[in-house]
Amino acid sequence: MTTTALPAYEDAVSRYEPVIGLETHVELGTATKMFCGCRTDFGAEPNTQVCPVCLGLPGALPVANRAGIEATIRIGLALNCDIAEWCRMARKNYFYPDMPKNFQTSQYDEPLCVDGYVDVEVDGKQYRIGIERVHLEEDTGKSLHVGGATGRIHGATESLVDYNRAGIPLVEIVTKPVPGLGALAPEVAKAYVAELRDIIRSLGVSDVRMEQGSLRCDVNTSLNKPGEEWGTRTETKNVNSLRSVERAVRSEIIRQAALLDEGTRIFQETRHFQETTGDTRPGRSKETATDYRYFPEPDLVPIAPDKAWVAELKAALPEKPSSKRARLREEWGISAIDMESVANAGAVELIEETIAAGASPAGARKWWMGELARRANETGVELPAVGATPAQVAELQKLVDEGKLNDKLARQVLEGVVAGEGDPAAVMSARGLGIVSDTGALAKAVDEAIAANPDIAAKVRDGKVAAAGALVGAVMKTTRGQADAKTVRDLILERLGAS
Amino acid sequence: MSDLTKMSAAQLAKAIADKQTSAVEVATAHLDRIDAVDDRVHAFLHVDREGALAAAARVDAGEVTGPLAGVPVAVKDVIATKGVPTTAASKILEGWRPPYDATLVERLRAAGTVMLGKTNMDEFAMGSSTEYSAYGPTNNPWDLGRIPGGSGGGSAAALAAYEAPLAIGTDTGGSIRQPGAVTGTVGAKPTYGGTSRYGLIAFSSSLDTPGPCARNVEDAALLHSVIAGHDPRDSTSIPQPVPDVVGAARLGATGDLSGVKLGVVKEFAGDGSEPGVVSAFHESLEALVKLGAEIVEVSCPHFQYALPAYYLIAPSEASSNLARFDGVRYGLRTGDDGSRSLEEVMSLTRDAGFGPEVKRRIILGTYALSSGYYDAYYGQAQKVRTLITRDFEAAWQSVDVLVSPTTPFVAFPFGSRTSDPYQMYLADLFTIPTNLYGGPAISVPCGLSEGLPVGFQIMAPTMADDRMYRVAAALESTVGTLTPPTLEATA
Repeated sequence: MTTTALPAYEDAVSRYEPVIGLETHVELGTATKMFCGCRTDFGAEPNTQVCPVCLGLPGALPVANRAGIEATIRIGLALNCDIAEWCRMARKNYFYPDMPKNFQTSQYDEPLCVDGYVDVEVDGKQYRIGIERVHLEEDTGKSLHVGGATGRIHGATESLVDYNRAGIPLVEIVTKPVPGLGALAPEVAKAYVAELRDIIRSLGVSDVRMEQGSLRCDVNTSLNKPGEEWGTRTETKNVNSLRSVERAVRSEIIRQAALLDEGTRIFQETRHFQETTGDTRPGRSKETATDYRYFPEPDLVPIAPDKAWVAELKAALPEKPSSKRARLREEWGISAIDMESVANAGAVELIEETIAAGASPAGARKWWMGELARRANETGVELPAVGATPAQVAELQKLVDEGKLNDKLARQVLEGVVAGEGDPAAVMSARGLGIVSDTGALAKAVDEAIAANPDIAAKVRDGKVAAAGALVGAVMKTTRGQADAKTVRDLILERLGAS
Repeated sequence: MSDLTKMSAAQLAKAIADKQTSAVEVATAHLDRIDAVDDRVHAFLHVDREGALAAAARVDAGEVTGPLAGVPVAVKDVIATKGVPTTAASKILEGWRPPYDATLVERLRAAGTVMLGKTNMDEFAMGSSTEYSAYGPTNNPWDLGRIPGGSGGGSAAALAAYEAPLAIGTDTGGSIRQPGAVTGTVGAKPTYGGTSRYGLIAFSSSLDTPGPCARNVEDAALLHSVIAGHDPRDSTSIPQPVPDVVGAARLGATGDLSGVKLGVVKEFAGDGSEPGVVSAFHESLEALVKLGAEIVEVSCPHFQYALPAYYLIAPSEASSNLARFDGVRYGLRTGDDGSRSLEEVMSLTRDAGFGPEVKRRIILGTYALSSGYYDAYYGQAQKVRTLITRDFEAAWQSVDVLVSPTTPFVAFPFGSRTSDPYQMYLADLFTIPTNLYGGPAISVPCGLSEGLPVGFQIMAPTMADDRMYRVAAALESTVGTLTPPTLEATA
């Protein structure tokens, strides 16, 4: 394998046709677990959110969480799926140390939602990705390997298991195989996951954060020669960023092309994406495929969603994020790329609400995508949790528009708002940050600046108006930035008879 | 032996309520009886003397009241009891103390019963003789060289040995009724979903049903009414009121069955039942006719497939339910000396922890569920299950209950059937159809064959548990209860 020379990507896709398929897991944001009443708070101390049911203790029984079923149906509806009138949970049997019962309660041949689609746009062209199924299952616990240098199982002296995550509802969204994308396969894969993420976020059923694992993606890739049957696929597991989705497909196309070029058969196997190198490494071989021995879960009664309930959920679906974005782009007058970054930052709703609260589109976007995005990034929180509300941002922008704050002061006010000191006007007065509009006080500062800088004043008197900037600077300094620069400049020029 | 241990649960409850005796005296009498005879019977895996006396003291202090306040009860060791060892008679759970109570245990406590301890059973409730307990068999008080039935042999033997007036069993394929039959006691399998499975260590989830064991029908009904009822922690629990089983038992005890149609299953004749069993059954039918009942022959053509269907469905579910016993989180762990992989440790643990019958069923179930065989085995068995359900539903068009012997043979000597699993499986021939269907069924003593008890089974439609208690009590009123030989005589 290492001896194989890798072809260039363009070369690979000119000779082989890729077929991709994506399996995406979304951890639902329900307050309690899927089959018991344990809380699902992220980051809790290990094994503090567990009970006999989610620990799979002998005798404990599951009871389905209606909120999890509702969220799954809403996802299915948003992905244009049919909702089953009657379905069951199934047991997927396999031994794994962080799976308390050694079977996962999941769905098999009777999924809750089937046969939908998602439309995505790449380079101005629409692609329809077929959705085969959307089903509900439970998450497993998490293993922690300690004592080694890497935190991996290799070299570890002990393995510990945290079952807080065990039993959290997980929705799996499986696409139909997507052929015919050619060289664009990696981009379309990425666009699909982004679109999926936006749709699920708009439903409010998950925080869909790839880096925290609440959205995880497995990417299937195969290659075939034009006109021939589809090739053997490999499955790249747990790809955890949008960029990695694209890179994983791309590198797998190159790797498989190299093998096919030299006449080597592709093995059906699980592979792992390497963030650092951008390529994939082999995992478990599927030559002897695991037999999960699925059968209907006898501990749970079947799920038969009431038709009227499903119709109600369908009627209450939010506007589709892609159409909403197109509409807002128009209203806000921004480019597609800018809109994409707004969406990626999770700022669409925030900006929308800020505008609704009275700010201009440009003003609203400026604060959320500038100062607040930077702060969120620095402190490692999501934008909605950064500490400012759309109403506060709108108020801040209004103070700027009214000339009560300049940009620099506004940033300081925003800092106070984020720190929880109150609304912008309150922070402004508490911190004494408003622009000094008292012309008497300004005039005094101007006179002092002129007196302190006779040389510069002389130049300005001589008609070198540009030199007035230094005097403006001096005044701003003595007023600690709380003066309006234009007013100060006008005053200086007037005093020096240069206006 | 104190007289207190010979009294029925109803009598004990009344005597305690009337202050003729105290709950502590009653508990002590039974604990002393256990001390005196259990080394010969081995009905108990664990006796909770301290817990029992404390619970009895609370009753005497008036802190707990209820229809069975102060009455001792023994609980099959497959049911989780908080802080009290629960092993399902398996090495793999040796010493495990659950951090929670099964729903029915909570209800027993709330009703003021006094839990004496945990009774012996076939490992994970798999077996028909209690010979598969990892902690040694239970001996039948009628003949200590014979099996007490299974899997709930400990619960039944505890009653027959006067160690407890009431016991809890679980019935997956007959494990309450069959031990009841061979020990001359009463065992009822309620409607599936009528009693909560929460806290019952699962053998076969779609079949397991906890239920009451007693020495007479009224006591069984009293215990039934205490443990039954909807439980939101069990998804398969039926959200309906519990039928008035106590009222039905009292009505039946008056001995009037006029207008009641008893269906005799045609296909159960000629199955090779012992002649003594057949004659005791027919004598009981005649007795019931004298009470006004009408006998109707009913055909249930698919009952002959119940045994094979059961031996695919139950092991399939068991293979999945028992997967959690892997040595990772609780119970036994073997081979974890740092030199072996996780898979090896799991494998060694399961090899050391599970007995032969449990392994047999895990292997059978794993095979039946595996890809390529699912449709031929598990899928086919589920279809048979549907057909058996239809047989029952068709029967209810013409009769009120179905009746049969509980078992084809009386208690057999130890070791006589362990070498051929199929011979052992035949013990549950008559009881299994009901489990596949989900309806209630009860076994009542109906006479002796060669000096050993014979059981009479009454099966009813789902949620018509009251109907079977009425017929059972009527039978009891005419054939009487059986009195086991005292152990002093057999010793």
